[in-house]
Amino acid sequence: MSTGKMHFEYQVEGGNFSAAGFPSSQVKKTLKQLNVDGNVIRRTVVALYEAEVNIVAHAYNGIISVDIDTEKITILLKDEGPGIADIKKAMEIGYSTATPEVREMGFGAGMGLSNMKTNADHLNITSEVGKGTIVEIINYFHQ
Amino acid sequence: MESQTHAQFHHALKFREDICIGCSHCMNICPTEAIRVGHGKAQLLANRCVDCGECYRVCPVGAIIVEQDDFENIYNFTTRIALIPSVFTGQFPDSVDSGAILAAVQELGFTHVFEVEEGVEFLNERFNEYLLQHKPIKPLISPFCPAVVRLIQVKFPTLVRNIILLKAPVDITALHARKTLTDQGIDPSEIGIFYVTPCAAKIVAVKSPVGEEKSVIDGVINMNYLYNKIFKILRQNKGKSEIPAFFPLSGKSVCWSLTHGEADHMKQGPSLAIDEINNVIEFLEKVENEEIDGIDFLELRACDESCAGGILCPGNRFMTVDKLRKRALKSDSIRGSYPAEFQGKIGIANDFLHHNISLGEVHPRSMMKLDDNMAEAMIKMKRIYDLNHMLPQVDCGICGSPSCKSLAEDVVQHEASIKQCIFIQKILEQNDKMDIQESVLIMKSIWSDNKLDQNSLKDEITIPLLQAGEEFTNQGKK
Repeated sequence: MSTGKMHFEYQVEGGNFSAAGFPSSQVKKTLKQLNVDGNVIRRTVVALYEAEVNIVAHAYNGIISVDIDTEKITILLKDEGPGIADIKKAMEIGYSTATPEVREMGFGAGMGLSNMKTNADHLNITSEVGKGTIVEIINYFHQ
Repeated sequence: MESQTHAQFHHALKFREDICIGCSHCMNICPTEAIRVGHGKAQLLANRCVDCGECYRVCPVGAIIVEQDDFENIYNFTTRIALIPSVFTGQFPDSVDSGAILAAVQELGFTHVFEVEEGVEFLNERFNEYLLQHKPIKPLISPFCPAVVRLIQVKFPTLVRNIILLKAPVDITALHARKTLTDQGIDPSEIGIFYVTPCAAKIVAVKSPVGEEKSVIDGVINMNYLYNKIFKILRQNKGKSEIPAFFPLSGKSVCWSLTHGEADHMKQGPSLAIDEINNVIEFLEKVENEEIDGIDFLELRACDESCAGGILCPGNRFMTVDKLRKRALKSDSIRGSYPAEFQGKIGIANDFLHHNISLGEVHPRSMMKLDDNMAEAMIKMKRIYDLNHMLPQVDCGICGSPSCKSLAEDVVQHEASIKQCIFIQKILEQNDKMDIQESVLIMKSIWSDNKLDQNSLKDEITIPLLQAGEEFTNQGKK
């Protein structure tokens, strides 16, 4: 960590819903201490949580890396999983490939990607079917 | 600058240095890490304290006191109104009628007695309207408990917008009482309204209200103080048959300040009730992460069993709840026989109250931020992170801060020295970077001279023990 920049990494385990939310909590705490605007914190935490739950629900495992500087927060979520065949379709509200099991736990309503989009200033998703998905979220502190 | 910000925050909890023994129980229990120990005494960080009263509960010597107004202040007014919360009636045995309790309060020197919860039916209607109008914000959080409102301001600043901006029952009843008496021709400056409080947070809500310029209430009387006075009167009045009739509150109103009191009556969507401050903090963490879905209304109370568990309630909180539930049943069964226009009754429609029920904006005042300047905050955060990793993570509190993490923060904020850590001292001593004299001086600065007085051990007790201790040490601790 050099001055004015911070970096954090978190491991995500596929299928472990009970542990989901830890990275969002940590990021939230950090942003609060940095005196980031409450609305930006809220949006960031929602986008990150959605993205994390996507990994838990669909992938085998993943890594979340978070970079913070005085202008913005950049979150990169890389997973090893089935990948997304049609990203455009996946972004539609209500579209979901979640299993009934996952839905029973209250996840997988098909709101994830669209919810991420509303809460991120910049959202970029790249995916390779059979390998995995990379999600990049950037939120700016000063609008 | 630090002392200026502190001056803004009024607290009802006061630490008496002359009584405090510097035991640190309060520091270890404080849910907002608002207490440190220095010079052998507990010290309050005013910007972090939310007046929840957890410290008051654990203090073994009664060094933490709750400020209160001089009772004689009531005589500054010719019209003296007492506002009595229903939990007060729950402090007495079942055999004592709530009417007799209220009559005894009047006998003590008040011209009028109102029950705080008289405003509940009116407020419940406004809550339901408010929930309907503010549907997109979920969950909406009740402003009932002043400790919770302050907790959200300092620890959950992003949730400030979820707080319902309507006044508490006590303010509504006070407004109504003042209006009713003024309408009867009484000079408003001659009306004094006094609220009997079950806790410290409600005192602060009167003395330094959030979302209001000034409270409509003129003074507070602590419940335990009034309990003693009323208990005496009730004993003297034994057998006295004449009890003036008070319009019985609805069962809902009687139980409003208990856990589920509000949540069970919100008609606009799913509600949840949570009591005890650590439970509240745990839940708010999840709300802040938006992990909680499908809850429209949240009732949050800082005390276990809500107001029945207030620190100024003399009775057992579980017994109080039981008594109030019984009173509620009885009350509902006899209410039909009373005329509706009975004194003190506040109807669900009331134009005057309607115009005066809103609270102003509630502002966040985060205790979390490390610096106003973000680049500076990042530097501090990195230093805290590094320092924290050097500390033992024992959270022993010997340094005078409640945890290793908080010591690291205090050091970076220039409020403490890393040398206050006993483990760091031992490491420095091994490296010949600290001598025994310095470490003793540091410990004395935290815990006072007398706790580290080198002449305080009694030889006849300690010498045999020390010998036994040597054997133990030589054998090695398994």
